[in-house]
Amino acid sequence: MKAVITVVGRDSTGIIAKVSGKCSEYSVNIIDISQSVIEEYFTMMMVADIDKCTIDYKDFVDIMNDMGRENGLEIHMMHEDIFNSMHKI
Amino acid sequence: MSMIKMDDVLETINMIKEENLDIRTTTMGISLYDCVCDDDDRFAQKVYDKITTSAKDLVKVGCDIEKEYGIPIINKRVSVTPLSMVGGAISPEGYIKAAKAMDRAAAEVGINFIGGFGALVQKGMSQSACKLISVIPEALAETKMVCSSVNVASTKAGINMNAIIEMGSVIKRTAYLTKDEGSIGCAKLVVFANVPEDNPFVAGAFHGVGEAERVINVGVSGPGVVASAIKRAGNCDLLELAEIIKKTAFKITRMGQLVAKEAAKRLGVEFGIVDLSLAPTPAVGDSVAHILEGMGLESVGACGTTACLAMLNDAVKKGGVMASSSVGGLSGAFIPVSEDAGMIDAVRKGALSLEKLEAMTAVCSVGLDMIAVPGDTPEAVICGLIADEISIGVANTKTTAVRVIPVHGKGVGEEIDFGGLLGVAPIMPISPYSPKEFILRGGRIPAPIHSLKN
Repeated sequence: MKAVITVVGRDSTGIIAKVSGKCSEYSVNIIDISQSVIEEYFTMMMVADIDKCTIDYKDFVDIMNDMGRENGLEIHMMHEDIFNSMHKI
Repeated sequence: MSMIKMDDVLETINMIKEENLDIRTTTMGISLYDCVCDDDDRFAQKVYDKITTSAKDLVKVGCDIEKEYGIPIINKRVSVTPLSMVGGAISPEGYIKAAKAMDRAAAEVGINFIGGFGALVQKGMSQSACKLISVIPEALAETKMVCSSVNVASTKAGINMNAIIEMGSVIKRTAYLTKDEGSIGCAKLVVFANVPEDNPFVAGAFHGVGEAERVINVGVSGPGVVASAIKRAGNCDLLELAEIIKKTAFKITRMGQLVAKEAAKRLGVEFGIVDLSLAPTPAVGDSVAHILEGMGLESVGACGTTACLAMLNDAVKKGGVMASSSVGGLSGAFIPVSEDAGMIDAVRKGALSLEKLEAMTAVCSVGLDMIAVPGDTPEAVICGLIADEISIGVANTKTTAVRVIPVHGKGVGEEIDFGGLLGVAPIMPISPYSPKEFILRGGRIPAPIHSLKN
């Protein structure tokens, strides 16, 4: 299964490092990544393969959410099927 | 680059976070056919066992999907075979015991409402239906989560006025028995015409006679998403507006379809239908009235409201139908008064009357929903209100319903706060003139002709 991870927040040094560090820690493989900074706002989207995730996916979601809160970022994780079904015919 | 576009992702997240997009309900329909029994206590036990075994994983699966997919699923619910169809051999007291068993089962599996304490009596009333209907007030007063619905009319059968007379009395007694909680029992009781048998929304949910053993039906929501899309569209003409609503409804429904199929798969039951309804909640930004106002009405209830609602309802259906392999239930815009912040405001300021609401129900889903009237409204007037609303459904081959609350001890100008999803209902004025002689003629209004249409 692939998950889409989005990170939105005020830009600062090391956001990608933090997020990708957590992914690596739990064997979540990043397949694709794109990011932009508009004014001082940072927006990043990652597509990650979570099949080999070393912990339960739901726990990983909690860890990411907690990390977001600690760093003043909004982090969302959603199943890629949501986007495929909503935005493609 | 991935096939998933950043814009789409941000749009979706915005819909969920800012515009209250959610799956309003995941409802498991459960057949009670195998619970038939001629002993009151054993019947109640069988109903309890069937529900608790069938739906034991419903809440867990709902929560899992919610987390994995990142989409809120607000309610998990159960609907069962109309109890009067399987309880023919038990006593009226047995029906109350069964209602309590349903309530306990609902608590055990962790859901917040359970539908199906009801009967279909559009053409006539069986003994079994008679017994059940006679104890609806007690059943609703002595349970928390049980919902009841009675179908009193259909386009094929006509209108069973005898059943409406019964329901007038049932509603008044329910209001009285639950008077300490603002007559809340009536908020869990719906009188229908042309009731859909796969509706996932309470209070009218039940598991129809021709349904599978177990089934998952999903109701999507998203008035806030539609309202925002309309706002973004700015000053466009009505054809363009209809297109925007269609596209938005498509996206919302696709999400419902995805969740419904996934939930059905994980629970090992059949996927039933997606109900394409725009279901409001009292929360700010989750109002159908505000969509209509966003389309250009100064207030819902103004002249033009019916046209506006007809267009909204039609566009929602057109967008949604393509997005799901199986559409059913009520599918349309809901206009409950107490559950919609915009409707509440319109009633408070006198912009929206009962009569206008009745007209609106001719072109949208459901009917006179969550309407509070004075507690001293005579039974015959309640029956007249039901008969009017039901006639709209029968004549137009659509579902209509009445969920009216004659709030005991309260009058026009007062309000009743049910709390939570049921919201706040201002008591609305209702015509004091009596339809008693007409109603008490009893019998049945024949099925309408469907040619010579004018």
